[in-house]
Amino acid sequence: MPKTLYAFKDGSVYTRLSFPFMGFGQIARGQIVKGGIYMLIELAFALYMILFGGRFVAHLFSGNLGTRLSGEYWNEELQIFEKVKGDNSFLILLYGVMSIVVTLVFVWIWSMNVKGSYENDLRRRKGERIPSLKDDVRLLLNERFYAPLLALPFVGLLVFTVMPLVFMVLIAFTNYNYAHMPPGKLFDWVGFANFKTLFSLSGGTSGFAFVFLRVLAWTFIWAFFATFSNYFLGLAIAMIINKKGIKVKALWRTLFVIAIAIPQFVTLLLMQKILDSDGILNKLLGTNILWLTDARYLSLLPRAMIILVNIWIGVPYTLLMCSGILLNIPADYYEAARIDGANAVKIFFHITLPYMLHITTPYLITQFVGNINNFNVIWLLTGGGPVDNVYYGGGTQAQSTDLLVTWLYRLTTDRNPKYNVASVIGIVIFVISAVLSLITFNRTSAARNEGAFQ
Amino acid sequence: MITKQKISLAKWRRHTANVFLYLLLATLGVLWVLPIVYLVYTAFRVTPSTGIINTLVPDNLRLGFGNFSRLFGDTMFPRWLGNTLIVSVASCALTTVFILMVSYALSRLRFKLRKPIMNVLLVLGMFPGFMSMIAVYFILKAMNLTNSLVALVMVYSGSAALSYYICKGFFDTIPKAMEEAAILDGASQPMIFAKIVLPLAKPIIVYTVLTSFISPWCDFIFVNTIISDREKYTVALGLYKMINAEKNSFNDNFTVFCAGAFVVGGIIVTLFMSMQRYYVEGVTSGAVKG
Repeated sequence: MPKTLYAFKDGSVYTRLSFPFMGFGQIARGQIVKGGIYMLIELAFALYMILFGGRFVAHLFSGNLGTRLSGEYWNEELQIFEKVKGDNSFLILLYGVMSIVVTLVFVWIWSMNVKGSYENDLRRRKGERIPSLKDDVRLLLNERFYAPLLALPFVGLLVFTVMPLVFMVLIAFTNYNYAHMPPGKLFDWVGFANFKTLFSLSGGTSGFAFVFLRVLAWTFIWAFFATFSNYFLGLAIAMIINKKGIKVKALWRTLFVIAIAIPQFVTLLLMQKILDSDGILNKLLGTNILWLTDARYLSLLPRAMIILVNIWIGVPYTLLMCSGILLNIPADYYEAARIDGANAVKIFFHITLPYMLHITTPYLITQFVGNINNFNVIWLLTGGGPVDNVYYGGGTQAQSTDLLVTWLYRLTTDRNPKYNVASVIGIVIFVISAVLSLITFNRTSAARNEGAFQ
Repeated sequence: MITKQKISLAKWRRHTANVFLYLLLATLGVLWVLPIVYLVYTAFRVTPSTGIINTLVPDNLRLGFGNFSRLFGDTMFPRWLGNTLIVSVASCALTTVFILMVSYALSRLRFKLRKPIMNVLLVLGMFPGFMSMIAVYFILKAMNLTNSLVALVMVYSGSAALSYYICKGFFDTIPKAMEEAAILDGASQPMIFAKIVLPLAKPIIVYTVLTSFISPWCDFIFVNTIISDREKYTVALGLYKMINAEKNSFNDNFTVFCAGAFVVGGIIVTLFMSMQRYYVEGVTSGAVKG
């Protein structure tokens, strides 16, 4: 802002007038189109705020999210009951956030307008030519080519990612749940109460905090096993196929890779049906095992089955990747090792594995984060179940194979939704993923020297 | 004499080792292919009149196209197929263009906000998508777009900028010298983008097109939230609902589901097979860098 303030102090009358009237400084200097666009933007913004956004922003800053319910109210003047459309906390928050985002974008454009006008002043003083429309377009296609490139994707991002995210983060500080569903009931700010619910141990061993810890623990156990079982099995199979003396390599590879081509949800639904209590596997074995729904022993069986099925789905990917990288390991290393008399085991632990880990650490961490958020596998196989009322208290709506994401999903789509708690869980997931991803990002040389190959 | 024996012993040992490895590969290969075989077999299987299909070997090993005619005749599958095709073509085009634009700007151009933008995109990408799903639904509702395919296209391509990373990694490897030569010849930035960088980026473009084309075929969660009208389903949601909507729908619809899965799988397999070379190239060139 200081720059715009300085522009006001130092600038010409035109620039000062462009503070309230956007585009004035441009039009006065002959930049009709540019100034006209600024004016239209100001007009559009004013209309938007007056006709729609203004009252939501006002309400958002009034400190509550609506107080009046729809219904009939007594009108003293007319001495009758009047039907009044009440407040809707949800819409106040959503459209409030939307209008604030719109306002911020507007302020940014407005400051561009002021700065542009001030630059024109400076040009005038130096006796330079005011850039024409043609010059501006040329600038946008060369030095500022990034602006037209980024504009549209970023609008999409703003509308479909940023705005919803801000909204949902704010929900974490309200009591928006099944007991406060607008328009029937309103919700309001509650500060950090939801965080307290989720993290304080006062609820006892079946309260939110303990259930949260259990879900968190399983999320990490699952992510660990899912990531490393896939990685090492994929590596092992890739090494076998790549081994000298194994023939028809392409055929072997194809056998595994076919699985990639089938959409994940199809294979997962198929597996769910195969493992169903009266599915084909039980029919074949002549048994009656509840592969995916046995809640005994902390749901050990469903958990193991999930990891096994995930191996089936994930190994082809790691196989494909590893066999590519294995071929890139310089043959000299192996040559030298063999001359030194190293055996296969030694070669694996001293050459192959270190090389692979060195190259694929970022991949492993991304996979780990991906598995923490692996909604599909859990949701389609077990739906988070089986229900276990001993360790997962009824009020928490968590089930025994739930990851944080599936728990979040259930909390928002259940018949008794708890958006507020779900939102806190979302923030927790974000913190976990963010920490892990930042570690990866900073450790990869890809990020550090992006120009290495240029 | 001794050395000869030694060599033959070593040969024999390698031989047995290889036999063992072949056996292992064959076993694993069967394990990996079996579910797919089961899927295909069920798709072509003639359903007994009782509708129960939970025996592996039916009374008679008859195969036929009955499930497919039920799929295309009795369900809305043809419609869903059309919907998915429309959505995936549109969102694939938009997503690819968006990703290329963002990656090009972040990789080849230099401007003040470049690093901050990259960091912001990285952070944004780490929020789970489900978290904002409800809010997205209401934003679409405010735009009067729920229950429309346009909404799906917008949602799928709206967050395209977040997956710039792999493509940018590829652009980073294109030599700067070519660009400089072009600038000396008087080329403008759009020309460099279109005439020099894009032709070199063919593998990564194919990769981006392929991945963004396929994702609408596999997503059922967003569709489930945004679209409630059965006519507007995509294949993924349609098939999901086919066997998960009611308790008994499994037995009735499983063979038809398999037929549908076979069709969807077939489309994707064909795409993959024809583009496999580029796909692998794209993955290995952009994704994994030490």
